[in-house]
Amino acid sequence: MFDLVTFIPRAVGQGIPLLFGSTGEILTEKSGNLNLGIPGVMYVGGICGVIGAFFYEQSGSNIPALSIMIPLLCSLVGSLLMGLIFCFLTVSLRANQNVTGLAMTTFGVGVGNFFGGSLIKISGADVPSIALSATSAVFSKKLPFAGKCGWFGEIFLSYGFLAYLAIIIALVAAYIIKHTRVGLHLRAVGEDPATADAAGINVIAYKYFATCIGCMIAGLGGLYYVMDYACGVWSNDAFGDRGWLAIALVIFTIWRPNVSVLASIMFGGLYILYMYIPTGMEHMEIKELYKMLPYVVTLIVLVITSMRNKRENQPPESLGQAYFREAR
Amino acid sequence: MKTNNKEPLFHVVRRDDMSRKKAWTIRGIALVAALIVCALITTALTGDNPLSVYATIVSGAFGSNRKTWVTFQNLSVLLIISLALTPAFRMKFWNCGGEGQVLIGGLASAATMILLDGKLPNVLVIIIMITSSILAGAIWGLIPALFKAIWNTNETLSTLMMNYIATQLVAFYTVVWENPKGSGKIGIINQNSCVGWLPEIGNKYFLSVLVAIVITVILYIYLYYGKHGYEVCVVGESERTARYVGIKVEKVIIRTMVLSGALCGVAGLLLVGGINHTITTTIAGGQGFTAIMVAWLAKFNPITMIFTSFLIIFLDRGAGEIATVFELNKSFSDIITGIILFFIIGCEFFISYKVVFNSKNAKEERK
Repeated sequence: MFDLVTFIPRAVGQGIPLLFGSTGEILTEKSGNLNLGIPGVMYVGGICGVIGAFFYEQSGSNIPALSIMIPLLCSLVGSLLMGLIFCFLTVSLRANQNVTGLAMTTFGVGVGNFFGGSLIKISGADVPSIALSATSAVFSKKLPFAGKCGWFGEIFLSYGFLAYLAIIIALVAAYIIKHTRVGLHLRAVGEDPATADAAGINVIAYKYFATCIGCMIAGLGGLYYVMDYACGVWSNDAFGDRGWLAIALVIFTIWRPNVSVLASIMFGGLYILYMYIPTGMEHMEIKELYKMLPYVVTLIVLVITSMRNKRENQPPESLGQAYFREAR
Repeated sequence: MKTNNKEPLFHVVRRDDMSRKKAWTIRGIALVAALIVCALITTALTGDNPLSVYATIVSGAFGSNRKTWVTFQNLSVLLIISLALTPAFRMKFWNCGGEGQVLIGGLASAATMILLDGKLPNVLVIIIMITSSILAGAIWGLIPALFKAIWNTNETLSTLMMNYIATQLVAFYTVVWENPKGSGKIGIINQNSCVGWLPEIGNKYFLSVLVAIVITVILYIYLYYGKHGYEVCVVGESERTARYVGIKVEKVIIRTMVLSGALCGVAGLLLVGGINHTITTTIAGGQGFTAIMVAWLAKFNPITMIFTSFLIIFLDRGAGEIATVFELNKSFSDIITGIILFFIIGCEFFISYKVVFNSKNAKEERK
């Protein structure tokens, strides 16, 4: 029997990193920057949090507030640096965004796996593997009533604070993009930077802020994955291709973070659906085909939006193009 | 009247007049700067002195006869994939699907090897392998091209999705053809009969090198001296101009992507039939993405691409050696590659633009 009460929390757990990643990428893309470095940024966000937590736990102290703040800050700073690299290269130096993004992914995944694999050796600590159970316990602390509310508590209240933060950030981002002046300017920059510039909007500042904030949000996705979903255990390449899935989500939701809240949980569900479908022992291979679903669905959505060619469903007009004021 | 006396410190001007020699000097300087930064980072992490870091890198790539050949073999595979992506990029079609096209080509050859083992003579198996992997790659390139040509679907994103569909297909067949059962991998295919193993020329590494050389030359001629290559360039520069002069843009897009995919299929064929004799989901190892950067660094010129792919492979092997010697994680090479790429990507700015400082004199003149 398909058990929804256990399935939904796991789908949410899978979906939250995607939600962080896609919200960040939507903000970035709205400013006209196509940041294909998001997978790398998410790795960096995760590993920086791990490094922070690792040294904090090594120091022997254990104050819950600090256990949260140190990894959180480390993660934010790490992904901010990645965002700054991307912005400096693509906005200030007008480099090709696809190439820069892919280089950032190579670099970020490398940083994640390198420090994940060598942190213990470099720091000379006396532990067999990186298992941050104390930090993880704080991060994945459920809401207080979760245990008492039966299935309701299980489905809605059983997550760590970052999960709720993800949903709040997504909703706030959606509101800002759609209903505020800042959002209007941001969209203008993404659609036609030359016009926005002529209207007196500081294009470069908008691009920098949107991309850096986007990267910081995406980095939190990596942090959530390690600290909450993976219970503080870093294993190399465990994060996998979720970064690309987050970019897929951006298209799937047609650049709307509020839709992404449900869509990411749906993608999370699709990602783990194979564990819940009875295939029998003879046909284990079918499970691999289920894992293909999120990508196929995204491809179909991508094609359908381009087929219908509705104006409000299109990517930002200047997506992927560098802006140079003096270019005609 | 109060004039606006807030003058920015500098402004940026586009320039088209830089000589090739000067441009390459700038890239060279960027590369040297990047190497220095990399050495400093390595020193910080390992405590080794910077000069011996370089020595380790060189010995990692060319330390022994076998290492040299492996370097050349890896170089050839990366070069073939980069070359494969080039026609698409010259058309400004961002084919990020090299990874998937290589995988699906490899899957096709693995399938032929497994299914036709013992049913047909070896020569026929190899011929079918070559055809099927090229076809498979071509089809994987054709699908996003069709979407682009008919509905103008964003190709960066559609090719990306195709990668993971290919990965999952390989994962699916890995379970189907598991050998031995329960190991979760396919193992060496036809280990005893060697059916479908591509023939060795000289030694087991040279075949890939030869294929790479042939493809480089043919592609160079195709792109620079052929009508097709010209059409690709025109479509890349301006789709409207292309339509105006009577080029069928859709046809060019589809044709070029089929070529691109087919060449990726060749890389998959070499990886499975010539080098590994097995297939895993990671057999392309991210080279589909690395190839994008290699091709871009070479400004989409097949001959220059030999050097850029050499640079990447050299550093990759060298950093791998550092990681082994100092017992660090092998992802170290990704970090090094990333840093080098950042520098070279950044230095392009100084080739296409000029920073003009607004000196005080200029301000006074204006008054």
